[in-house]
Order: sequence, then C-alpha cells, then structure tokens
Amino acid sequence: MATQNIAGVNIDVNDEGYLNDPSQWTKEVAIEIAKEEGIELTDKHFEVLEFLRDENEKSSTLTIRKVGKSGIVDIKGLYDLFPGGPLKKSSRIAGIPKPSSCV
Amino acid sequence: MKKILILGGGTGGTIMANKLRSALEREEWEITVVDQFKTHYYQPGFLFIPFGIYNKNDVIKPKSDFFPPGVKVIFSKIEMIEGKKNQVTLENGKILKYDFLIIATGTQTFPEETPGLKEDLWYKEIFDFYTIEGAIALRNFFKTWKGGRLVLNIAELPFKCPVAPLEFVFLADAHFHSLGIRDKVEITYVTPLPGAFTKPRATKMLSGLLEEKNINVIPEFYLERVDNKEKKIISYDGQEVQFDVLTIVPVNMGNEVIERSGMGDDLNFIPTDKHTLRSEEFENVFVLGDASNIPTSKAGAVVHFGADVLFENLMSAIEGRPLIAKFDGHANCYIETGFGKGSIIDFNYDTEPLAGTFPLPGIGPFGLLQNTKFNHYGKVIFRWIYWHILLRGKELPIGPDMSMAGKKL
Ligand SMILES: Cc1cc2nc3c(=O)[nH]c(=O)nc-3n(C[C@H](O)[C@H](O)[C@H](O)COP(=O)(O)OP(=O)(O)OC[C@H]3O[C@@H](n4cnc5c(N)ncnc54)[C@H](O)[C@@H]3O)c2cc1C
Repeated sequence: MATQNIAGVNIDVNDEGYLNDPSQWTKEVAIEIAKEEGIELTDKHFEVLEFLRDENEKSSTLTIRKVGKSGIVDIKGLYDLFPGGPLKKSSRIAGIPKPSSCV
Repeated sequence: MKKILILGGGTGGTIMANKLRSALEREEWEITVVDQFKTHYYQPGFLFIPFGIYNKNDVIKPKSDFFPPGVKVIFSKIEMIEGKKNQVTLENGKILKYDFLIIATGTQTFPEETPGLKEDLWYKEIFDFYTIEGAIALRNFFKTWKGGRLVLNIAELPFKCPVAPLEFVFLADAHFHSLGIRDKVEITYVTPLPGAFTKPRATKMLSGLLEEKNINVIPEFYLERVDNKEKKIISYDGQEVQFDVLTIVPVNMGNEVIERSGMGDDLNFIPTDKHTLRSEEFENVFVLGDASNIPTSKAGAVVHFGADVLFENLMSAIEGRPLIAKFDGHANCYIETGFGKGSIIDFNYDTEPLAGTFPLPGIGPFGLLQNTKFNHYGKVIFRWIYWHILLRGKELPIGPDMSMAGKKL
C-alpha cells in the first residue's frame, strides 16, 4: 500500500495504482489519473465512471459486456473512450478495484 | 407432504437428489428432479473426443441410472420459475409447487451471441468442443486435416472449466506430433485474459508449458466478430487473427429460463450468496454449480464441494436453524498437458493455486503445479470417480474446505 498525492490530496493506492478506498475518489482525482493513462475525460467518460461506481457499490461483478448493456455506450464505444484495456483503465479512473476476471 | 424441487439433473442436480433422498424421510418429503434431456453427458470427456482418445459412448449414460429410487423424475423443459409464488411451470403448462427449490441448470454456450460465429464456416472450419456435436464434428475434421493455422479463442468470461481450452491446445500439440505433422501446424491461443490463466503462479507454470510446446499466446483479445470470408477473428479494438481452423469457446451464459424468470445477471447467472449458496433473492431457493454467479471456477469439482455445503445449509433451513456451513470456493482441477502427463491445481476464493503435494501433505501422490505422469492418471481416474462416486453423492476422501497442508507458500 502506498500514498500518492493526486490533485493535491493524499490518496491510498495499491501497487498497480488502483484506489484502495473508493470514497476518496473525486472528479479531480479522476481527471489526474486519466491524464496518467493518456485520456482526457469528457461528460461521456464521466457517465461511464458513475455507472461503474454505482455497480461497484452494489458489489456486482463488472464485465465489459455489462457496461455494453448499460445504455451509456456500446462495447466499441467503451474501447474508443478507454483505448487498450477499457475495463481496467476505466475502473482505475473510477477509483474502484481492478476488475477480477473469472478464475 | 413437503416438497423439494431440483431444477436440472446434471452434475449438481443428480448429486443433490442422491444426498437428499438418503437423508430425508420418504413419508415426509417428496423430491422431484426436472431436466429436459434423458442423457447424462460426462462433459470433461468432450475434451478428448476431437483427438480420438474418447468417443461418444465413453461420455454418455442414461440420466435415470443415477437417480435413486424414491425420487420423482420429470423429463421436460422448464418454462418459468416464480420465486414469489413458490412455483415452477413446465413447458406443457404443468405447475410444480415447492417448499424448497434447488436450481442447478448449469451454463451453456451461445455462439449466436457473436456476430459471424454461427454462419457459413460453423462446423466446417469453426468448431466448439463444449458440446458433443461440436466435439464430434471437430474429430471428423481433424481426421483429414493436413495442417495450417489452428486458433483457439475464448469469446467471453466467465466460461466453464477455465483450464479446458489450455488442455485443448496441449493435447492438440501432442496429437499433431504423433501424426508427424506438428511442424505444419501453427497453434495460437487467443484469450481475453491478460495471460494464460488468472492466478499468478499457475499462469507462470502454464505459460512455461505453452512456450515449451511452441504455442503462441495472444492475450487481452476481446472478440467482436468473425469474418467468414477472410477467415479471421476480430477484436473490439481492431486486432485480427487469421485461422485455417478455429476452435471457439463461445459465450457462456445461464439457461434462458433464468432470463425469462428475471432471476439472472447480464449473463443469466443467478446472484447467489457465495458462502451459503442461497439465492440472494429468495430464502427458500438455493443455487448449485455453474448456474450461480459465485466467483470461483465453473467446474464439476466445485459443484461437488459446493454440494456438501448446500446440503448442510438446506438441512439447517428445513429445521429453521441459521445457515452455518460456508463454502470457500474450493476448486480442484486436473490439467491434461499431453504426452501422458498432467498437472493439478487446488485453490479457493482467497488462495491462489500453490505448489506442493495433494491430497496427502508431503506424500501426494499428485504434485500440485507440476507436470507429471501421475497427475495424468488423476484425470483418467476422474471419469470413473465421476460416474461411480461423485454423481451418487458419496463421500470422496477430500472434504469441501480447501486444505493448506502440503502446500508451499
Ligand atoms: C469441455 C469441458 C471440459 C470440462 N472439464 C472439466 C474437468 O476436467 N473437471 C471439472 O471439474 N469440470 C469440468 N468441466 C465442467 C463440468 O462439466 C461442469 O462444471 C459441471 O457439469 C456443472 O454441473 P451443473 O450441475 O452446474 O450443470 P450441468 O451438469 O451442465 O447440468 C445442467 C442441467 O440442467 C438442465 N437444464 C438447463 N436448463 C433447463 C431447462 N430450461 N429445462 C430443463 N432442464 C434444463 C440441462 O439439461 C442439464 O442437464 C468441463 C466442462 C466442459 C464443457
């Protein structure tokens, strides 16, 4: 566990840069992490991030397919918003744990 | 008369029917199993069919051979589950009431979910080996195949028996070696996962084997569609892989009845308490095996361990006691690696597969995370155990909880 100063706030992150505590997340934090990933956030991005945070709150397992069925973006759209590993990147920016795929 | 209704007479449903019938008084409890098909398939055997190691008769038996006397069996499609009314409707409109319901309808493959998959090349140059039909069609194709690009692709997560596709490419390597055409076959393993497997140490061992056997791995490939003309698979982010023959693990989902009944998640798996195995929605409904959404492998071994816990908890629920038995997600998989060898992994919700010996600490005879001849016999013996011990709900020498004894951290 490490503490990282993101957008002027000290945030707990794990080895891979995922937030340990989703409640430390703010829009400013998201914008900073997105920059690290080379992504500039738009309103559409934030809609996806909010969806991911809601689903995480409900502790449901997140899949790309689920986001694709959310009515916010289709799967292709998700790849366009978060190129190269959309669920991993969007989860990190949304301040929720790294999605665990099936075993 | 009180009623227990079991939906699905596959691995899980059959185990529960056997366990419950011997535990509950016949005068007091009526036990009914419903399944659409009369044949029981030994699904782990499908893997061996394309390579001519098993044939159809090695993997089928009548379902009725495995239900104990005193259990009512109905062969029919299930139309609807209505948890609020404690009732299930069959295809012909017949209504079955229950006091307790066990759902064990498993998971199936849905090739229709991927554009281009079930089109011109389906069962000509594109095959699955998760159904008996697919496995046999692939067997016939391989009989005359002269070589080329063999691509294995996993369409979606989760899928049942997560090691089966790896075993498939290992066996393909050995098969084409024995035919003397391995140098003419290029084998590529294309997966949406970041590596060969999810858990770090197992991935390391399995990646080593893949490299040793000259099998290419393309990770993080999430299938969008199949191009039948150009014979290639295309991912959402535009990667393309060419094939001469494609073996696909299609999208796995729960049965349509779960969707019709509004009981599933986006893949029709039923939200289930991962420790008690009770449905999150209804107090008198339990979910066993592949049909549930619990975060562990969808595998027969998991069904078997889960059945012990479900049995305990159902007995508690019947007697109005709290549900104290807790499932730890215990999974135990033999991995066939070709050339008469095999590996074995043992893990649960919290512990990844580790090296060591199994099931007896220090003795084995099986070597965890190792590639040995003895482990291969485990897989061979498993079929016998499946028909004779597991389905009949008898005790195996391995309890439901995973043991740390004999494992190396
Ligand atoms: C190729 C392959 C290899 C495998 N290898 C292994 C292995 O090595 N080790 C291992 O442990 N596991 C392995 N498995 C997985 C194992 O076979 C399954 O996990 C296990 O059989 C699941 O049991 P279940 O009771 O949940 O479902 P199933 O056994 O699939 O049973 C579900 C039953 O429900 C019935 N059903 C569903 N819907 C309806 C409906 N609407 N109406 C009526 N009936 C319905 C079906 O007909 C079926 O009989 C493998 C699977 C495959 C495909």
